[in-house]
Amino acid sequence: MALLSVQGISVAIGALCPLEGVTFDIDKGEILGLVGESGSGKSLTAMCVMGLLPRIGGTITKGSIAFDGRELIGLPEIELRRLRGKRIALISQNPMTSLDPIIRIGAQIDQVSILHLGLSATTAKARSLDLIAQLRIPEPEAIHRAYPHQLSGGMKQRIIIAMALAADPDLIVADEPTTALDVTIQAQIIQIMVELVRDRGLALMLITHDMGVVAQACDRVVVLYAGRVAEMNGIGEIFAEPKHPYTRELIRCIPRLGQEPGSLKGIPGVVPSIVDYPDGCRFNPRCSNAQALCRDEAPALEPKSSGLAACHFSEV
Amino acid sequence: MISFFIKRLLLLIPVFLAVSLLIFMIVHLVPGDPIDNLVQNNSSPEQKAALAAKYGLDKPLYQQYAIWLGNALTGDLGDAIILRRPVADLIAQNLPHSLSLGALALLFSTVVGITAGALAAIYKDSWTDRLTMTLILLGSTVPGFWLGLLLIMLFAVQLGWFPVSGARSWDALVLPVLTIGLGGVALVARVTRVAMMETARKDFVMMLHAKGVPPWRIELRHVLRHALLPVVTILSLRIGWILGGAVTVEFVFARPGLGSLLITSLNQRDYPVVQGALLMLAVAVMLGTLLGDIVQAAMDPRVRERIK
Repeated sequence: MALLSVQGISVAIGALCPLEGVTFDIDKGEILGLVGESGSGKSLTAMCVMGLLPRIGGTITKGSIAFDGRELIGLPEIELRRLRGKRIALISQNPMTSLDPIIRIGAQIDQVSILHLGLSATTAKARSLDLIAQLRIPEPEAIHRAYPHQLSGGMKQRIIIAMALAADPDLIVADEPTTALDVTIQAQIIQIMVELVRDRGLALMLITHDMGVVAQACDRVVVLYAGRVAEMNGIGEIFAEPKHPYTRELIRCIPRLGQEPGSLKGIPGVVPSIVDYPDGCRFNPRCSNAQALCRDEAPALEPKSSGLAACHFSEV
Repeated sequence: MISFFIKRLLLLIPVFLAVSLLIFMIVHLVPGDPIDNLVQNNSSPEQKAALAAKYGLDKPLYQQYAIWLGNALTGDLGDAIILRRPVADLIAQNLPHSLSLGALALLFSTVVGITAGALAAIYKDSWTDRLTMTLILLGSTVPGFWLGLLLIMLFAVQLGWFPVSGARSWDALVLPVLTIGLGGVALVARVTRVAMMETARKDFVMMLHAKGVPPWRIELRHVLRHALLPVVTILSLRIGWILGGAVTVEFVFARPGLGSLLITSLNQRDYPVVQGALLMLAVAVMLGTLLGDIVQAAMDPRVRERIK
């Protein structure tokens, strides 16, 4: 049984419907990449899994989210709160703004293990120091006493990773954990995070728009496009044999060494606006292969020769 | 922290000089002559001149200022012309009344204001919020002296719960404190509410929810703590307002205090007393802002960093 099973969830925010029938699952110890352009619904999916959707004014209108065999939709807030931070932890997008600026770093990490594991202040501190050291941060004692503004972005993101690990969760949701960081430390952070997750056998849902990061870290990939799943497959299969034209385009957009100058091109067209999604397959206006069928009928997410894809013409 | 304190104290010196000059100028530019209040209507110009010389009022203004400031710095604020006593004594006698009134009004504004603001923010758009906001609107628009009269009519005259005026017992403080403090309550509540609602939208608050921290703990330990930073600034500026409010309110309630002293002396053109009392008020305002800065630095590590 999958650790997390998301089945056909649709989300409404006001009159808008930014997610439609999103389906995927994550096994224990698996790293799943959730890929897509801005506005494709990646972060919203994270909010659904964390049970934080109501905080941004959204509701899940359809589908089910099962975690460790237990349905999360409709679970009382107090039950969700016991899962959050303890069994499902979040690594947020912007480390610069995700720590309370007037509280010491140490106290913010300690808070998690005191709250969820019932540790005393001293044992919580020892545990936090140990975690800080595992994240290869020099002088854990000094960092434990420091305030967020005294740390660099990369250091803050490590602290947030430490916070996520503090109560030994089973699943970590990392929402574009390196987007706000310098390119030079992005790879470092991903590497440390993946290493710690693998060592502990945790499941990781890694949200990113960077196919390079996916190739570096993930076991399986879910490609989102305009609020729907376009394709889902193992990492080897998806790079070797993408089934959805959007995935093909994404892979084509990864810069390669020795590439002819000027040959790197983006995907033509723009991500459709949520207020004006095209009929049929939502990728059809940007697809070089689009037929009349694509404009009339939305393709279902179906099993292909390997994995799942939502394309009428994936096998041709 | 100590170097910050010293730096802020040194910065107060030019402010003090400017304020003292301003006070001196205003008092001497007001039409009217204290000598007229001292002498009979039929006194001769010679008698008047003699009196003016006695109090140093015949000297040029800049000399009068220099003498006054020099003496003030040594604690000698001169002698009252009408009341015929050292100004320092008069102030020492009246200050405790004003301080207890001001401190209680400040405490009342702080405690009630923060509580009301926090409740309104936490229960946003509920009837608690709407009721608080309505009272806040009333509280911030009603002038203190009028509110004071209404309170006297209701609680002192009609219900007889508190004394109408004076300062003989502690319960005589209740109505004046309410009168001065309600405006402060409204201001503090409004700032607290807005600051909390703004903080609640920050990323780190979402992160706290993601960590599974109970909502009441997030509101009190994190959101409210952030909201108190602007509240401290407002309160430190409010000290001047409260002392200014005390001037009219002391008069309405016929309480002894710096305000009553100031108004009485002003009507009699008793320059030394007016100057002394105004200078005390100015010093109190300056110390208030200094205190605000210190509290702010103690609460916010980012402020401490900037000071270094």
